[in-house]
Amino acid sequence: MCLAVPGKIVTVSSAEEALADLGGIQKTINVSLIDHPQPGDWVVVHVGFALQKIDEEQAQKTLRELAALGESAACEEPAA
Amino acid sequence: MKYVTEYRNSEQARGIAREIAAAADPAREYRFMEFCGGHTHVLARWGLTDLLPKNVRMIHGPGCPVCVLPIGRIDMAMEVAQKHGAILCTYADTLRVPASGGKSLFKAKAEGADIRMVYSPMDAVKLARENPDREVVFFAIGFETTTPPTAVALDVAKKTGLKNFSVLCSHVLTPAAMEHILLTAPRREGDAPFLDGLVGPAHVSVVIGSEPYAQFARKWKMPVVICGFEPLDMLYTILMLVRQVNEGRHEVENEFTRAVTPEGNRIAIDLMARVFRLRDTFAWRGLGSVPHSALALAPEYAGFDAEARFGLIEHVVPDNKACQCGAILRGEKEPFECKAFGKACTPARPIGACMVSSEGACAAYYSYGRLRK
Repeated sequence: MCLAVPGKIVTVSSAEEALADLGGIQKTINVSLIDHPQPGDWVVVHVGFALQKIDEEQAQKTLRELAALGESAACEEPAA
Repeated sequence: MKYVTEYRNSEQARGIAREIAAAADPAREYRFMEFCGGHTHVLARWGLTDLLPKNVRMIHGPGCPVCVLPIGRIDMAMEVAQKHGAILCTYADTLRVPASGGKSLFKAKAEGADIRMVYSPMDAVKLARENPDREVVFFAIGFETTTPPTAVALDVAKKTGLKNFSVLCSHVLTPAAMEHILLTAPRREGDAPFLDGLVGPAHVSVVIGSEPYAQFARKWKMPVVICGFEPLDMLYTILMLVRQVNEGRHEVENEFTRAVTPEGNRIAIDLMARVFRLRDTFAWRGLGSVPHSALALAPEYAGFDAEARFGLIEHVVPDNKACQCGAILRGEKEPFECKAFGKACTPARPIGACMVSSEGACAAYYSYGRLRK
């Protein structure tokens, strides 16, 4: 119920509606809950609504942290 | 899929799991509640529980809207469709939840009631426009994720003067349920608190932000980490919680920074404040009556309230005696501890709501882990 999916806005047709690409499926979504939706924006889509824009910079930061964690732990593994 | 696949790397998952094992103090137990049923499924689906040290335990919370919806509310929806002949629009999950007398909305549909499965509340608005001679009722359930879309639908209905549209509002609030869990949870042996930390929901927090959780960190000295819905998010969050406990910190941390900000979605929050009002109390399955934990329509939108329009009254209906959903929703029991689990109660023939919903703990255990024990 509270699960949403990431989608990329393809075209914005009005203040309320946009066409979004959801993992290859194109669907009209409601964008009235977000500020200035633009083509190319990645958004969290839930029950046909964009709930928030996804922050690419923050996404990359988290990925770097995850990669660093995975590596540091792997280095601590005793050699087999 | 971008923002999904890269958070599912199994090598990195094992690396973070090793980090958790190294950080966890073997002399103590760590009990963390993932509030949200979506996280329960992440744990089960990716087998993450098996990667955790024995003394790091995940307790499943009540964050499954279908599970916490009491039978009485389903009966009200049924009444709208069967007695009043309205078109009842509902999310798919609600269809199979057992109602009174062995019924469900699915069975009512089979018996001829006009019940439509919708993906979005705007589908219900569209149906109302296409059927001006019929009453169309949207069965609005869910936490703060589905609430703003319902608010938009109501706002559109009001602005366009849609007379035949109404909403059976059963939206519930995450912080109120969290507070209730912390307030009523039993103490552990040695009078230790029931929980050592909370995993904050991902998409609820997208809407409400991370600030509403500060009260739990402050009042209950409870570490809180808001967590995304992919396996690496979950493991990283557990590591962050272990570190908070070890360092004696109790703060709100945000792992899901790619979509959650401290203030949340201002447009959605303002719209919800305008369209809804707080109910004094609301009956939850498992938790009982929880004060200020649910929403009804604000006076300005009261004309769209299906409860008033059809004179609906909520009756208290006890759950099936064999069903342990209540204790499972409070985190006091695991699905395996219910005698009906996997035998009398399966996703195809559920006795309790936790087996119905794609976010229910029983459905998670049944789908991904029933052969583990």
